[in-house]
Amino acid sequence: MSSIRLLVGTKKGAFILTSDGVRKSWNISQPHFPGWELYHLKASPIDPNRLYASQSSGWFGQVIQRSDDGGLTWNPVDNKFTYDGVPGTHQWYDGTPHPWEFKRVWHLEPSLTDPDTVFAGAEDAALFKSTDGGASWHELSGLRTNRTGPGWQPGAGGLCLHTIILDPTNENRIVVAISAAGAFRSDDAGLSWKPINKGLWSKYIPDPTAEVGHCVHHIAMNPRTPNTLFMQKHWDVMRSDDAGDQWTKISGNLPTDFGFAIDVHSHQPETVYVVPIKSDSEHFPLDGKLQVFRSKIGGNEWEPLTKGLPQKDCYVNVLRDAMAVDTLDDCGIYFGTTGGQVYCSPDGGDSWNAITHDLPAVLSIEAQTLA
Amino acid sequence: MPLIRIELPLHLRRLANISGHETTLDVPTPVTLAQTLDTLEALYPQLRGTIRDHVTLERRAFLRFFANMEDITHQPTCAPLPATILEGKEPLIILGAIAGG
Repeated sequence: MSSIRLLVGTKKGAFILTSDGVRKSWNISQPHFPGWELYHLKASPIDPNRLYASQSSGWFGQVIQRSDDGGLTWNPVDNKFTYDGVPGTHQWYDGTPHPWEFKRVWHLEPSLTDPDTVFAGAEDAALFKSTDGGASWHELSGLRTNRTGPGWQPGAGGLCLHTIILDPTNENRIVVAISAAGAFRSDDAGLSWKPINKGLWSKYIPDPTAEVGHCVHHIAMNPRTPNTLFMQKHWDVMRSDDAGDQWTKISGNLPTDFGFAIDVHSHQPETVYVVPIKSDSEHFPLDGKLQVFRSKIGGNEWEPLTKGLPQKDCYVNVLRDAMAVDTLDDCGIYFGTTGGQVYCSPDGGDSWNAITHDLPAVLSIEAQTLA
Repeated sequence: MPLIRIELPLHLRRLANISGHETTLDVPTPVTLAQTLDTLEALYPQLRGTIRDHVTLERRAFLRFFANMEDITHQPTCAPLPATILEGKEPLIILGAIAGG
């Protein structure tokens, strides 16, 4: 029987949650790396016991951990993230030039074909790659040094590269997203990059249709339809059907289209999930009601999913990497909150159960479906 | 070589798999802060980058160094450590500054 392993990164450590395929009864591990911020953990899709974890701290900086036994044991690997050449500057919040400075890794994306190859999305925004299981890292500097790079400005959370999407049908295609620069795509395995922000409209920047400067919060893709991308922007939910060349707004009847998390059903590429958040000034659900919204037609028409979720006095947030899906026949949907709750829907969002209410603030969730 | 006692914050002891509050290092002379950190990082490579920057070797902002209960953070890293440290009577303390609540 299949089982599920959730990799949960929190403000105070990592937790591994496991269940059988029924997804009703869960085991919660002891904290891994207690006291550290775990921005993201992710498994190799072809070696499920190979896990990578980004562990960081304001005191001690960045550590990257690797497990080869599904998270039972971990070993630190290389944590040296050095920008290529003379890094130069990007824009600071006030528009003045500011030197590129590595702060942390927000997201780790293992290769679809090689467990020793993994990408790391960093703050200040840069993409790094390891081909030796994390033993060394090198920057794919064509991204940061593309002609728009010196004009990138940080969002409230920093100038962070938080989304990395690998195309399962084209090993040369990589899509990344950066707050608050926008989305970028490489079609030559990371050598060169171009902004893919046409169709985005951001009212809070001087030119709302600028080539870069959009605060993209997250992008999701169903591997069956790699040209179709769904984006939760700062405000606006968007989709693209040409790998980001053009974006169309699909917020439709959402009560608010601000938010962070977005994901796609594993078997229904037009079924999309978002968690609307009241506004960029008030990072909690509307009216104290925690609601996931689902569109079964790829956007515009959304239905609230509330069964099992708190419908009063709920003021948590769901961060950009804190939603995941499994690949069981009845697709499981998961999300974690800044209040430490982890919710599971074993039926595609129709109903929800809290796996736990009591973790530290959840930063990220990844779901592994194990044979 | 002098046997130097070093006290590390809990998180770094865990990262380096150091049991107890201290570790001891054979540090080549002259025993300076820089030489001691070089030796520490050579013995525990997982600590590289967590106490000082990989490239510039500058101290991470929220860490401080104490010897004989005195803050030596801003002394030159090439200055000799006090005799009590060299004699093993006192540990060199690497301390995480308390910041935030």
